[in-house]
Amino acid sequence: MTDLPAQTTRKLGLVIDLDTCVGCHACVISCKGWNTENYGAPLSDQRPYGDEPMGTFLNRIHSYEVQPDTGPAQTIHFPKSCLHCENAPCVTVCPTGASYKRSEDGIVLVNEDHCIGCGLCAWACPYGARELDQAEGVMKKCTLCVDRIYNENLPEEDREPACVRTCPAGARHFGDFADPNSAVSQLVEKRGGIDLMPELGTAPVNKYLPPRAKDRWDDESLLAPLLTPVAKEPSGFLSWLDKALDKLPGGSA
Amino acid sequence: MSAPQHRIDTSPKVSDEIRQTTCYMCACRCGINVHMKDGKVAYIEGNRDHPVNKGVLCAKGSAGIMQHNAPSRLRKPLLRTGPRGSGEFREISWEEAMNTAVGWLTEIHETAPHKLAFFTGRDQSQSFTSFWAQHFGTPNYAAHGGFCSVNMAAAGIYTMGGAFWEFGQPDWDRTKLFMLFGVAEDHDSNPIKMGLGKLKERGARVIGVNPIRTGYNAVADDWVGITPGTDGLFILALVHELMRAGKIDLHYLAQYTNAPVLVDGETGLLLRDEDGKQLVIDRITKKPTPFDQKGVRPDLSATYRHAGVTHRTVMAHMADRYLSPDYSPDAVADRCGVPADRIRAIAADLARVAFDEAFELDLEWTDFRGESHKTMTGRPVSFHAMRGISAHSNGFQTCRALHVLQILLGSVEVPGGFRFKPPYPKPVEAHPTPHGQGRPGRPLAGPHLGFPRGPEDLQLDEKGKPTRIDKAFSWENPMSVHGLMHMVISNAHAQDPYPIDTLFMYMANMAWNSTMNTSGVIEMLTDRNDDGGYRIPRIIYSDAYSSEMVAYADLILPDTTYLERHDCISLLDRPICEADAAADAIRWPVVEPDRDVRGFQSVLIELGARIGLPGFLNEDGSPKWKDYADYIVTHERRPGIGPLAGWRGEDGDQAGRGSVNPDQLDRYIENGGFFVEHIPDNAQYMKPWNMDYQDWAVKIGLFDAPQPFLFQLYVEPMRKFQRAAEGHGDQQPPDHLRDRLKQVMDPLPIWYEPFEQTLVDTDQFAIHALTQRPMAMYHSWGTQNAWLRQLHGKNPLYLPTKLWQQHGFKEGDWARVTSAHGEITVPVAHQAALNENTIWTWNAIGKRKGTWALSEDAPEAREGFLLNHLIHELLPAKGDGLRWANSDPITGQAAWFDLRVRIEKVAAPAEAQPAFDPIKSPVPTGPTTLKWKVGA
Repeated sequence: MTDLPAQTTRKLGLVIDLDTCVGCHACVISCKGWNTENYGAPLSDQRPYGDEPMGTFLNRIHSYEVQPDTGPAQTIHFPKSCLHCENAPCVTVCPTGASYKRSEDGIVLVNEDHCIGCGLCAWACPYGARELDQAEGVMKKCTLCVDRIYNENLPEEDREPACVRTCPAGARHFGDFADPNSAVSQLVEKRGGIDLMPELGTAPVNKYLPPRAKDRWDDESLLAPLLTPVAKEPSGFLSWLDKALDKLPGGSA
Repeated sequence: MSAPQHRIDTSPKVSDEIRQTTCYMCACRCGINVHMKDGKVAYIEGNRDHPVNKGVLCAKGSAGIMQHNAPSRLRKPLLRTGPRGSGEFREISWEEAMNTAVGWLTEIHETAPHKLAFFTGRDQSQSFTSFWAQHFGTPNYAAHGGFCSVNMAAAGIYTMGGAFWEFGQPDWDRTKLFMLFGVAEDHDSNPIKMGLGKLKERGARVIGVNPIRTGYNAVADDWVGITPGTDGLFILALVHELMRAGKIDLHYLAQYTNAPVLVDGETGLLLRDEDGKQLVIDRITKKPTPFDQKGVRPDLSATYRHAGVTHRTVMAHMADRYLSPDYSPDAVADRCGVPADRIRAIAADLARVAFDEAFELDLEWTDFRGESHKTMTGRPVSFHAMRGISAHSNGFQTCRALHVLQILLGSVEVPGGFRFKPPYPKPVEAHPTPHGQGRPGRPLAGPHLGFPRGPEDLQLDEKGKPTRIDKAFSWENPMSVHGLMHMVISNAHAQDPYPIDTLFMYMANMAWNSTMNTSGVIEMLTDRNDDGGYRIPRIIYSDAYSSEMVAYADLILPDTTYLERHDCISLLDRPICEADAAADAIRWPVVEPDRDVRGFQSVLIELGARIGLPGFLNEDGSPKWKDYADYIVTHERRPGIGPLAGWRGEDGDQAGRGSVNPDQLDRYIENGGFFVEHIPDNAQYMKPWNMDYQDWAVKIGLFDAPQPFLFQLYVEPMRKFQRAAEGHGDQQPPDHLRDRLKQVMDPLPIWYEPFEQTLVDTDQFAIHALTQRPMAMYHSWGTQNAWLRQLHGKNPLYLPTKLWQQHGFKEGDWARVTSAHGEITVPVAHQAALNENTIWTWNAIGKRKGTWALSEDAPEAREGFLLNHLIHELLPAKGDGLRWANSDPITGQAAWFDLRVRIEKVAAPAEAQPAFDPIKSPVPTGPTTLKWKVGA
């Protein structure tokens, strides 16, 4: 079994805004494109042009419907990738030390050279965030684009995960949660960011910003004065127009 | 074991080189960085400097690598050897392909050019393809706007000189209330997502009006699950409430719109002076005065009595109509499926934000009357809509209603409101009229597609018969400014108004998802005359991929992928401008094709020269252009104005206007593939009336003279058609269309019931059926894409809770869906966030077996289906023997969303019905495994 570091210097991760995510899958495909070409084995696709196509993805979007007590049903788009847990059960279950959590930044990675493809980590992960690549037989997971975020061959502004860089709605944010003043920590503070399934004790680093309350139609009594008719009869409307125009700057009055 | 640490390279080399070009995975045209390794495409990301996407990129864009390498790419020109639809072809050389096409087309050009119908689908070079068709001399050209969203385009331009689409945008940084109507994930793809992100960041309110709560409507703060086809009624109820409460921008209406213009009490036309200028009553002099005089204070409520006739303002006519209780929330609530209180609450909030949260920007500007203003007034309310509200037979008037609502609130071209992008806004008068009268061997006198000002601009022959095969610009749809692509095959087959010889199409899947009545169209494409020849004798088709349409053509001209071609995204066409800048862009071959294929536009250049089209030859008879790249650089539409605005002039230092610069494409490539010219600060808003903007627009060549104009709440050209239907004038409609024209060509917005539901038994067909494309596929030619099809490989029919329970459906069940026209049997799924009388599915997921290099057991070919089988291009027969198009009667827009159906639960068949025989594929099926990595 594999040990977790006692603590990590930084806690890098993502905060994902469920109020803003439109479910466009941009992050899913950008992730696929970067990570099939870069770190480790390619993200293979089985039957890519056939029945039941099934490939390896490090990030997927699930869509759920929620029925509140009152009001219409809501649709929630829920992007999900490795949450880089502080108490990552996928690491401690690994028999070879292939799965590990980096002490410097908390990223959970798989050393593919040591991975035997036993699948224990995927079984241990309560979030379903790991996928065994069917072609290579090694476990694949989100690396937080570890080969981007420190990459000196990239301009500094591009040193962020591919999913964050590409998100059109700006629903994904990357940063250090160990720093209470970081933008991501502040966002979590301001918007009431939450852990996914905190009761499991995994202490995920990634956070989610909950959707804002929806379908709260303003009490009509507050707005009703705005719609007070200017005249009782349609014909009265034109004389109102006349008077109202007089009152405008440059009117004849 | 102790915590392991694994040494990894966190700074690997990313690529050998980045080549910057323009995406073509949809109509959005984002800038992309194509990372190259060993000469191959390794990774695609958004270009941070690009005006459209500013670095972000959607799923389609990132999946471009799979599109570029798709196994469905065609490899060589093909000549049909088996019967149409069999998929049996022989590969031929380009020499043979071009000789064949030149042979067919030269004869038509020289004898009867109208016998060529040239229609382009996902064409991003319409300024060029229309130029080619114009020089060929056929009246029969259009792109796919007629079956897409022409109502939105036409209503916008006739009303306010520009449309939603990607031609404008909300003032994302300042708007506080944003209302989004209907499915709108098509235009403008990434900018709308980016804009929604900005609104969310600021906590601005988003109201979604859509029967379906997916995508953008999922993040809307408030959802209005309206009944399809009733948006116009809902909007006019908002207009009713706002007018009744006086919550309208009187200054704006008086100064910048035709609300104060006098309507002739006899004719309904606008009163004009001798110079043709619209007349208003000046509140100071009380006299009729041209609207544009300095110091004029147009009166909104005046009447003018002259020669025994009383003339009233447009505003007075609007008061008559919209203050009527017919438009009250209580009167429309049931039909819209929206409670009256909810309509009032929305009206009140629009009023509150537009007027109570108004603000001033310190931007000095001078209006077209010569008056200076210290500030600009912001009204932070904005709107957007696209296909959802426009793909109905009442779509044009609905789109008009929405624009009238925007204008009443004074929220167009003001801070916080809706802003145009150059070259818009420009008045209808600045657009061409339609042209279509050709002569053998000669070009048309002007472009095919234009904006009719009245009956005199219809394209009819001396007997009143339509001159275009799609009957655009005829009395059936007088203002069909994008043509009617969905009627071309149907009319050509019916030989109504005449037979054609050759159908020439580009990137238009008319034998499958891009047509109404798919099975019927397949029969039309394969139907034969008594002599055994095909009813549509010749079909030439260009596509980069093995789409369903390939099998139905006789000659295939294989196109390149978007990374292998030159293109220009031009100010002459549909540019990539932003509200604060003019911009255009190019594509260039970042890789060379590894197949024997050619960019379609270069093929057209060669065809044009070899057929001998006058515009394509030099005086000595030699070809004018080597290829499309040569055309892009050297073609001049007007002196000094060409397809690209950047780096013009001999030294490449001129923007907009300037002589040809042979190095222009190199300058674009150095700049990341695009060109941007910013609008001066004080010209950023109020553009139709702002002389700083007008002068800037002239300077960079958008127009040749300033052309300020009034927004047209009352559209006079419509009144001219309506008046003709009342019996006035020389140009008279056929009697069977008179009543319809009198009703629908109303110069002020109206609502009428969508046609289909007036012709079918709505008790029997009680359900509305809609489609939309998933965001990850919208406008993409790539639903077979190996990565994207893993996101959306299946398209169940989504049913609301009421219908789900009523029919006792369970997960995994199938339903038979029946319309007045046909039936399909398909898998169903439950969706709660859905209008209770509406069902829907993702469009264009279903595929024909044997196409797109997919295996025949692919879910798209087994369970995937098209709603198109239920939608006819004609309305149900009325018993009068006439063919009535299932289209908007004003613009001819395909009324996809008028569909009414009934459903029943049935035993699951082996596969979705109707099922079609496989087509023999011109390309091998794709590989069974992908392990994509280009670099070592």
